[in-house]
Amino acid sequence: MNAPEKAPAPARIDLGAEFRDAGIGEVLESLERDLVGLAPVKRRVREIAALLLVDRVRQRLGLTTEQPSLHMSFTGNPGTGKTTVAMRMAEILHRLGYCRRGHVVAVTRDDLVGQYIGHTAPKTKEVLKRAMGGVLFIDEAYYLYRPENEKDYGQEAIEILLQVMENQRDDLVVILAGYADRMERFFESNPGMKSRIAHHIDFPDYSNSELGEIAQRMLAGWNYRFDEAAFSAFDEYIVLRRRQSHFANARSIRNALDRMRLRQALRLFESGATVDAEALTTITESDVRASRHFQQAEAG
Amino acid sequence: MRITQGCFSFLPDLTDTQIAAQINYCLEQNWAVAIEFTDDPHPRNTYWNMWGLPMFDLRDPAGVMGELRACREANPEIYIRINAFDSTKGWETVRMSFIVQRPTAEPGFRVIRQETQGRKLRYTMESYAVGRAPEGARYSA
Repeated sequence: MNAPEKAPAPARIDLGAEFRDAGIGEVLESLERDLVGLAPVKRRVREIAALLLVDRVRQRLGLTTEQPSLHMSFTGNPGTGKTTVAMRMAEILHRLGYCRRGHVVAVTRDDLVGQYIGHTAPKTKEVLKRAMGGVLFIDEAYYLYRPENEKDYGQEAIEILLQVMENQRDDLVVILAGYADRMERFFESNPGMKSRIAHHIDFPDYSNSELGEIAQRMLAGWNYRFDEAAFSAFDEYIVLRRRQSHFANARSIRNALDRMRLRQALRLFESGATVDAEALTTITESDVRASRHFQQAEAG
Repeated sequence: MRITQGCFSFLPDLTDTQIAAQINYCLEQNWAVAIEFTDDPHPRNTYWNMWGLPMFDLRDPAGVMGELRACREANPEIYIRINAFDSTKGWETVRMSFIVQRPTAEPGFRVIRQETQGRKLRYTMESYAVGRAPEGARYSA
Protein backbone atom coordinates (compact mmCIF):
# COMPACT_ATOMS: atom_id res chain seq x y z
CA MET A 1 0.00 0.00 0.00
CA ASN A 2 1.24 3.45 -0.83
CA ALA A 3 1.72 5.91 1.92
CA PRO A 4 -0.51 8.96 1.38
CA GLU A 5 1.48 11.70 -0.25
CA LYS A 6 2.20 14.71 1.87
CA ALA A 7 0.30 17.76 0.67
CA PRO A 8 2.76 20.21 -0.88
CA ALA A 9 2.98 23.59 0.81
CA PRO A 10 0.53 25.94 -0.94
CA ALA A 11 2.16 28.63 -3.03
CA ARG A 12 -0.40 31.31 -2.26
CA ILE A 13 -2.41 31.95 0.86
CA ASP A 14 -5.43 34.18 1.04
CA LEU A 15 -4.70 36.53 3.93
CA GLY A 16 -8.30 37.66 4.15
CA ALA A 17 -9.53 34.08 4.52
CA GLU A 18 -6.82 33.38 7.04
CA PHE A 19 -7.93 36.44 9.01
CA ARG A 20 -11.57 35.31 8.96
CA ASP A 21 -10.72 31.71 9.88
CA ALA A 22 -8.71 32.78 12.89
CA GLY A 23 -11.77 34.69 14.13
CA ILE A 24 -9.68 37.57 15.38
CA GLY A 25 -11.71 39.98 13.31
CA GLU A 26 -14.55 39.90 15.80
CA VAL A 27 -12.20 40.34 18.74
CA LEU A 28 -10.61 43.38 17.13
CA GLU A 29 -14.01 44.70 16.20
CA SER A 30 -15.38 44.33 19.70
CA LEU A 31 -12.23 46.00 21.00
CA GLU A 32 -12.93 48.90 18.66
CA ARG A 33 -16.60 48.99 19.62
CA ASP A 34 -16.52 48.38 23.38
CA LEU A 35 -13.62 50.61 24.35
CA VAL A 36 -13.95 54.36 24.13
CA GLY A 37 -10.95 56.30 22.81
CA LEU A 38 -7.56 54.58 23.23
CA ALA A 39 -6.78 55.03 19.52
CA PRO A 40 -3.00 54.40 19.83
CA VAL A 41 -3.63 51.25 21.89
CA LYS A 42 -6.09 49.85 19.39
CA ARG A 43 -3.63 50.56 16.63
CA ARG A 44 -0.84 48.72 18.40
CA VAL A 45 -3.07 45.75 19.13
CA ARG A 46 -4.01 45.60 15.43
CA GLU A 47 -0.33 45.76 14.49
CA ILE A 48 0.56 42.94 16.83
CA ALA A 49 -2.36 40.83 15.61
CA ALA A 50 -1.33 41.46 12.00
CA LEU A 51 2.28 40.53 12.74
CA LEU A 52 1.25 37.27 14.36
CA LEU A 53 -1.12 36.41 11.54
CA VAL A 54 1.53 37.09 8.90
CA ASP A 55 4.05 35.10 10.91
CA ARG A 56 1.70 32.17 10.98
CA VAL A 57 1.17 32.33 7.24
CA ARG A 58 4.92 32.60 6.65
CA GLN A 59 5.41 29.45 8.68
CA ARG A 60 2.89 27.60 6.52
CA LEU A 61 4.85 28.60 3.42
CA GLY A 62 7.95 27.20 5.00
CA LEU A 63 9.59 30.56 5.61
CA THR A 64 11.12 30.01 8.97
CA THR A 65 10.66 32.75 11.46
CA GLU A 66 11.81 32.64 15.00
CA GLN A 67 9.00 32.10 17.47
CA PRO A 68 8.02 35.71 18.11
CA SER A 69 8.49 37.06 21.59
CA LEU A 70 5.09 38.02 22.90
CA HIS A 71 5.79 39.46 26.33
CA MET A 72 4.40 42.96 26.64
CA SER A 73 4.37 45.95 28.90
CA PHE A 74 1.30 48.14 29.30
CA THR A 75 2.03 51.54 30.74
CA GLY A 76 -0.46 54.21 31.71
CA ASN A 77 -2.29 55.82 34.56
CA PRO A 78 -4.79 53.83 36.62
CA GLY A 79 -8.20 53.25 35.09
CA THR A 80 -7.07 53.56 31.47
CA GLY A 81 -8.13 50.05 30.51
CA LYS A 82 -4.91 48.05 30.86
CA THR A 83 -6.57 44.99 32.40
CA THR A 84 -9.42 45.06 29.90
CA VAL A 85 -7.05 45.21 26.95
CA ALA A 86 -4.98 42.39 28.48
CA MET A 87 -8.10 40.19 28.46
CA ARG A 88 -8.70 41.00 24.79
CA MET A 89 -5.05 40.40 24.00
CA ALA A 90 -5.27 36.95 25.56
CA GLU A 91 -8.30 36.24 23.40
CA ILE A 92 -6.45 37.33 20.25
CA LEU A 93 -3.37 35.25 21.11
CA HIS A 94 -5.61 32.28 21.80
CA ARG A 95 -7.42 32.56 18.49
CA LEU A 96 -4.13 32.84 16.61
CA GLY A 97 -2.84 29.75 18.40
CA TYR A 98 -0.03 31.48 20.26
CA CYS A 99 -1.66 30.74 23.57
CA ARG A 100 -3.27 27.37 24.29
CA ARG A 101 -6.00 28.39 26.75
CA GLY A 102 -6.29 32.16 26.55
CA HIS A 103 -7.03 32.67 30.24
CA VAL A 104 -5.60 35.60 32.19
CA VAL A 105 -4.08 35.25 35.65
CA ALA A 106 -3.84 38.72 37.19
CA VAL A 107 -1.38 39.07 40.05
CA THR A 108 0.47 41.72 42.02
CA ARG A 109 3.65 41.65 44.08
CA ASP A 110 1.88 39.97 47.01
CA ASP A 111 1.06 36.91 44.92
CA LEU A 112 4.63 36.41 43.76
CA VAL A 113 6.91 37.45 46.59
CA GLY A 114 7.07 35.54 49.87
CA GLN A 115 7.49 36.81 53.39
CA TYR A 116 10.48 34.83 54.51
CA ILE A 117 13.50 33.06 53.06
CA GLY A 118 12.53 30.16 50.82
CA HIS A 119 8.93 31.27 50.49
CA THR A 120 9.28 33.23 47.27
CA ALA A 121 10.36 30.55 44.80
CA PRO A 122 7.47 28.13 45.47
CA LYS A 123 5.00 31.00 45.49
CA THR A 124 6.19 32.43 42.19
CA LYS A 125 6.37 28.97 40.62
CA GLU A 126 2.84 28.18 41.70
CA VAL A 127 1.53 31.34 40.06
CA LEU A 128 3.52 30.56 36.91
CA LYS A 129 2.07 27.05 36.80
CA ARG A 130 -1.43 28.43 37.08
CA ALA A 131 -0.77 30.87 34.24
CA MET A 132 0.75 28.27 31.88
CA GLY A 133 -1.10 28.17 28.59
CA GLY A 134 -2.42 31.68 29.13
CA VAL A 135 -1.40 35.19 30.03
CA LEU A 136 0.21 36.26 33.28
CA PHE A 137 -0.77 39.86 33.99
CA ILE A 138 1.45 41.48 36.62
CA ASP A 139 -0.08 44.72 37.81
CA GLU A 140 2.26 47.38 39.19
CA ALA A 141 5.21 45.21 38.27
CA TYR A 142 7.79 47.75 39.50
CA TYR A 143 6.96 46.85 43.10
CA LEU A 144 8.76 43.56 42.46
CA TYR A 145 12.03 45.45 42.58
CA ARG A 146 12.82 47.39 45.73
CA PRO A 147 16.27 48.91 45.34
CA GLU A 148 16.21 50.44 48.82
CA ASN A 149 16.22 47.00 50.43
CA GLU A 150 18.89 44.70 49.09
CA LYS A 151 17.53 41.75 51.05
CA ASP A 152 14.16 42.11 49.37
CA TYR A 153 12.85 38.83 47.96
CA GLY A 154 11.42 40.56 44.89
CA GLN A 155 14.67 40.02 43.01
CA GLU A 156 14.26 36.27 43.41
CA ALA A 157 10.79 36.43 41.87
CA ILE A 158 12.16 38.50 38.97
CA GLU A 159 14.87 35.93 38.29
CA ILE A 160 12.41 33.03 38.19
CA LEU A 161 10.12 35.06 35.95
CA LEU A 162 12.96 35.88 33.55
CA GLN A 163 13.94 32.24 33.32
CA VAL A 164 10.42 31.14 32.43
CA MET A 165 9.91 34.09 30.06
CA GLU A 166 12.99 32.97 28.16
CA ASN A 167 12.70 29.18 28.25
CA GLN A 168 8.95 28.59 28.07
CA ARG A 169 7.95 31.23 25.59
CA ASP A 170 5.34 29.03 23.97
CA ASP A 171 3.76 28.14 27.33
CA LEU A 172 3.27 31.57 28.78
CA VAL A 173 2.89 35.23 27.83
CA VAL A 174 3.76 37.81 30.48
CA ILE A 175 2.23 41.27 30.49
CA LEU A 176 3.67 43.82 32.91
CA ALA A 177 1.55 46.84 33.73
CA GLY A 178 1.95 50.05 35.68
CA TYR A 179 2.64 53.77 35.65
CA ALA A 180 4.86 54.82 32.73
CA ASP A 181 7.61 56.59 34.69
CA ARG A 182 7.96 53.91 37.35
CA MET A 183 8.00 51.15 34.73
CA GLU A 184 10.76 53.01 32.94
CA ARG A 185 12.84 53.06 36.11
CA PHE A 186 12.04 49.39 36.72
CA PHE A 187 13.31 48.47 33.24
CA GLU A 188 16.43 50.58 33.71
CA SER A 189 17.39 48.63 36.79
CA ASN A 190 16.37 45.29 35.23
CA PRO A 191 17.80 45.33 31.70
CA GLY A 192 17.17 41.60 31.39
CA MET A 193 13.48 42.24 31.75
CA LYS A 194 13.49 45.05 29.23
CA SER A 195 15.25 43.04 26.56
CA ARG A 196 12.74 40.20 26.86
CA ILE A 197 9.74 42.41 26.32
CA ALA A 198 8.94 42.96 22.68
CA HIS A 199 5.89 45.17 22.77
CA HIS A 200 5.47 48.34 24.78
CA ILE A 201 2.02 49.85 24.67
CA ASP A 202 1.31 53.21 26.23
CA PHE A 203 -2.22 53.96 27.44
CA PRO A 204 -3.12 57.66 27.20
CA ASP A 205 -5.44 59.35 29.70
CA TYR A 206 -9.05 59.74 28.60
CA SER A 207 -10.27 63.15 27.53
CA ASN A 208 -13.23 64.68 29.36
CA SER A 209 -15.66 63.93 26.56
CA GLU A 210 -14.44 60.31 26.40
CA LEU A 211 -15.04 59.97 30.13
CA GLY A 212 -18.55 61.35 29.62
CA GLU A 213 -19.18 58.70 27.00
CA ILE A 214 -17.74 55.99 29.25
CA ALA A 215 -20.09 57.10 32.02
CA GLN A 216 -23.08 56.83 29.73
CA ARG A 217 -22.06 53.36 28.58
CA MET A 218 -21.55 52.20 32.15
CA LEU A 219 -24.97 53.50 33.14
CA ALA A 220 -26.57 51.88 30.10
CA GLY A 221 -24.95 48.60 31.12
CA TRP A 222 -26.63 48.84 34.53
CA ASN A 223 -29.96 50.02 33.02
CA TYR A 224 -29.63 53.59 34.22
CA ARG A 225 -29.41 56.86 32.33
CA PHE A 226 -28.71 60.55 32.89
CA ASP A 227 -31.41 63.08 32.09
CA GLU A 228 -30.15 66.00 30.06
CA ALA A 229 -29.39 68.35 32.93
CA ALA A 230 -27.62 65.56 34.82
CA PHE A 231 -25.40 64.85 31.85
CA SER A 232 -24.18 68.42 31.55
CA ALA A 233 -23.71 68.51 35.34
CA PHE A 234 -21.65 65.34 35.04
CA ASP A 235 -19.44 67.02 32.44
CA GLU A 236 -18.73 69.72 35.00
CA TYR A 237 -18.15 67.03 37.58
CA ILE A 238 -15.45 65.41 35.41
CA VAL A 239 -13.61 68.71 35.10
CA LEU A 240 -13.70 69.24 38.86
CA ARG A 241 -12.77 65.65 39.68
CA ARG A 242 -9.78 65.66 37.35
CA ARG A 243 -8.23 68.49 39.36
CA GLN A 244 -8.38 66.46 42.57
CA SER A 245 -5.66 64.04 43.57
CA HIS A 246 -5.97 60.28 42.97
CA PHE A 247 -7.87 60.72 39.75
CA ALA A 248 -8.09 57.27 38.21
CA ASN A 249 -9.82 57.83 34.87
CA ALA A 250 -12.57 55.30 34.21
CA ARG A 251 -12.30 53.83 37.69
CA SER A 252 -13.03 57.21 39.31
CA ILE A 253 -15.98 57.55 36.98
CA ARG A 254 -17.35 54.21 38.06
CA ASN A 255 -17.00 55.08 41.72
CA ALA A 256 -18.71 58.42 41.14
CA LEU A 257 -21.58 56.69 39.37
CA ASP A 258 -21.90 54.23 42.24
CA ARG A 259 -22.28 57.12 44.67
CA MET A 260 -24.82 58.79 42.41
CA ARG A 261 -26.86 55.61 42.32
CA LEU A 262 -26.82 55.61 46.12
CA ARG A 263 -28.08 59.18 46.21
CA GLN A 264 -30.75 58.41 43.64
CA ALA A 265 -31.95 55.43 45.69
CA LEU A 266 -32.11 57.52 48.85
CA ARG A 267 -33.96 60.31 47.07
CA LEU A 268 -36.58 57.90 45.77
CA PHE A 269 -36.85 56.19 49.14
CA GLU A 270 -37.31 59.41 51.08
CA SER A 271 -39.81 60.90 48.66
CA GLY A 272 -42.09 58.01 49.56
CA ALA A 273 -44.01 58.42 46.32
CA THR A 274 -44.91 55.62 43.93
CA VAL A 275 -42.20 55.09 41.35
CA ASP A 276 -42.24 53.89 37.76
CA ALA A 277 -39.48 52.43 35.62
CA GLU A 278 -38.68 55.91 34.34
CA ALA A 279 -37.95 57.22 37.84
CA LEU A 280 -36.00 54.10 38.77
CA THR A 281 -33.66 54.39 35.79
CA THR A 282 -33.09 58.15 35.71
CA ILE A 283 -30.27 59.89 37.51
CA THR A 284 -31.16 63.56 37.86
CA GLU A 285 -29.10 66.70 38.16
CA SER A 286 -29.56 66.85 41.93
CA ASP A 287 -28.01 63.38 42.30
CA VAL A 288 -24.94 64.60 40.43
CA ARG A 289 -24.69 68.02 42.03
CA ALA A 290 -24.79 66.62 45.56
CA SER A 291 -21.22 65.43 45.08
CA ARG A 292 -18.72 66.94 47.48
CA HIS A 293 -16.58 68.12 44.59
CA PHE A 294 -19.22 70.69 43.68
CA GLN A 295 -19.46 71.89 47.27
CA GLN A 296 -15.69 72.15 47.54
CA ALA A 297 -15.56 74.12 44.29
CA GLU A 298 -18.17 76.54 45.62
CA ALA A 299 -16.47 76.91 48.99
CA GLY A 300 -13.00 77.32 47.49
CA MET B 1 9.70 -7.93 36.82
CA ARG B 2 7.72 -5.00 35.48
CA ILE B 3 5.57 -3.45 38.16
CA THR B 4 1.94 -2.90 37.25
CA GLN B 5 0.12 -0.36 39.36
CA GLY B 6 -2.55 2.18 38.52
CA CYS B 7 -3.88 3.02 35.06
CA PHE B 8 -2.15 2.06 31.80
CA SER B 9 0.41 -0.15 33.55
CA PHE B 10 -0.16 -3.05 31.15
CA LEU B 11 0.56 -0.74 28.21
CA PRO B 12 4.01 0.31 27.05
CA ASP B 13 5.36 3.26 29.01
CA LEU B 14 3.61 6.50 28.11
CA THR B 15 5.56 9.09 26.15
CA ASP B 16 5.66 12.68 27.41
CA THR B 17 3.04 13.71 24.86
CA GLN B 18 0.74 10.97 26.08
CA ILE B 19 1.37 11.91 29.71
CA ALA B 20 0.55 15.55 28.93
CA ALA B 21 -2.66 14.45 27.20
CA GLN B 22 -3.72 12.42 30.27
CA ILE B 23 -2.95 15.38 32.55
CA ASN B 24 -4.95 17.59 30.23
CA TYR B 25 -7.91 15.24 30.68
CA CYS B 26 -7.53 15.43 34.49
CA LEU B 27 -7.43 19.23 34.44
CA GLU B 28 -10.51 19.35 32.24
CA GLN B 29 -12.36 17.38 34.94
CA ASN B 30 -11.22 19.97 37.51
CA TRP B 31 -9.06 17.48 39.32
CA ALA B 32 -5.94 18.52 41.22
CA VAL B 33 -2.79 16.80 39.99
CA ALA B 34 0.04 15.66 42.25
CA ILE B 35 3.41 14.04 41.64
CA GLU B 36 4.73 11.32 43.98
CA PHE B 37 7.86 9.19 43.98
CA THR B 38 9.20 6.19 45.89
CA ASP B 39 11.83 3.48 45.82
CA ASP B 40 9.60 1.06 47.75
CA PRO B 41 7.04 -0.01 45.16
CA HIS B 42 5.34 -2.69 47.30
CA PRO B 43 1.69 -2.77 46.21
CA ARG B 44 0.53 -2.14 49.78
CA ASN B 45 2.82 0.87 50.21
CA THR B 46 0.36 3.70 49.74
CA TYR B 47 2.64 6.31 51.26
CA TRP B 48 4.82 7.56 48.43
CA ASN B 49 6.83 10.76 48.88
CA MET B 50 5.17 13.91 47.62
CA TRP B 51 6.99 16.02 45.08
CA GLY B 52 5.71 19.39 46.23
CA LEU B 53 2.08 19.99 46.99
CA PRO B 54 -0.80 18.91 44.78
CA MET B 55 -1.30 21.50 42.05
CA PHE B 56 -4.65 23.26 42.17
CA ASP B 57 -6.27 25.68 39.70
CA LEU B 58 -4.08 24.72 36.76
CA ARG B 59 -5.41 25.21 33.25
CA ASP B 60 -2.65 23.66 31.20
CA PRO B 61 -0.47 20.54 31.57
CA ALA B 62 2.73 22.54 30.95
CA GLY B 63 2.96 23.36 34.67
CA VAL B 64 2.77 19.70 35.71
CA MET B 65 5.19 18.62 32.99
CA GLY B 66 7.71 21.18 34.27
CA GLU B 67 7.46 19.74 37.79
CA LEU B 68 7.71 16.20 36.41
CA ARG B 69 10.91 17.13 34.57
CA ALA B 70 12.36 18.56 37.77
CA CYS B 71 11.36 15.43 39.72
CA ARG B 72 12.93 13.13 37.11
CA GLU B 73 16.14 15.13 37.17
CA ALA B 74 16.35 14.87 40.95
CA ASN B 75 15.35 11.18 41.00
CA PRO B 76 16.49 9.50 37.80
CA GLU B 77 16.24 5.86 38.95
CA ILE B 78 13.07 5.72 40.93
CA TYR B 79 9.32 5.20 40.54
CA ILE B 80 7.30 8.36 39.85
CA ARG B 81 3.54 8.44 39.54
CA ILE B 82 0.95 11.08 38.86
CA ASN B 83 -2.21 11.19 40.94
CA ALA B 84 -5.35 13.14 40.13
CA PHE B 85 -7.59 14.11 43.03
CA ASP B 86 -11.24 14.90 42.65
CA SER B 87 -12.44 17.40 45.24
CA THR B 88 -15.57 18.47 43.37
CA LYS B 89 -17.81 16.35 45.63
CA GLY B 90 -16.41 17.84 48.81
CA TRP B 91 -14.25 14.87 49.72
CA GLU B 92 -10.92 14.31 48.14
CA THR B 93 -10.36 11.06 46.37
CA VAL B 94 -7.91 9.71 43.84
CA ARG B 95 -9.63 9.36 40.50
CA MET B 96 -6.61 8.44 38.45
CA SER B 97 -3.08 7.33 39.17
CA PHE B 98 -0.42 6.21 36.75
CA ILE B 99 3.30 5.51 36.72
CA VAL B 100 5.34 7.94 34.63
CA GLN B 101 8.85 6.74 35.40
CA ARG B 102 10.36 3.44 36.51
CA PRO B 103 13.96 2.37 37.15
CA THR B 104 15.83 0.62 34.31
CA ALA B 105 16.21 -2.60 36.28
CA GLU B 106 13.26 -3.86 38.29
CA PRO B 107 14.32 -6.97 40.22
CA GLY B 108 10.77 -7.70 41.39
CA PHE B 109 9.44 -9.51 44.48
CA ARG B 110 9.94 -12.81 46.18
CA VAL B 111 7.40 -14.81 48.15
CA ILE B 112 8.29 -15.50 51.79
CA ARG B 113 6.70 -18.59 53.31
CA GLN B 114 6.54 -18.54 57.10
CA GLU B 115 5.71 -21.82 58.78
CA THR B 116 3.61 -21.40 61.92
CA GLN B 117 1.62 -23.64 64.27
CA GLY B 118 0.31 -26.85 62.77
CA ARG B 119 2.50 -26.53 59.68
CA LYS B 120 0.29 -23.63 58.60
CA LEU B 121 1.90 -21.37 55.97
CA ARG B 122 1.77 -17.58 55.99
CA TYR B 123 2.65 -15.92 52.74
CA THR B 124 4.11 -12.48 52.33
CA MET B 125 5.97 -10.58 49.65
CA GLU B 126 9.24 -8.72 49.72
CA SER B 127 10.88 -6.56 47.09
CA TYR B 128 14.44 -7.65 46.24
CA ALA B 129 15.42 -4.03 45.82
CA VAL B 130 14.14 -3.08 49.26
CA GLY B 131 15.78 -6.10 50.86
CA ARG B 132 19.24 -5.45 49.50
CA ALA B 133 19.77 -1.75 50.30
CA PRO B 134 18.44 1.05 52.48
CA GLU B 135 16.19 3.81 51.20
CA GLY B 136 17.84 6.04 48.63
CA ALA B 137 20.34 3.39 47.42
CA ARG B 138 17.92 0.77 46.17
CA TYR B 139 17.83 1.41 42.45
CA SER B 140 20.90 3.55 41.80
CA ALA B 141 23.22 1.55 39.56
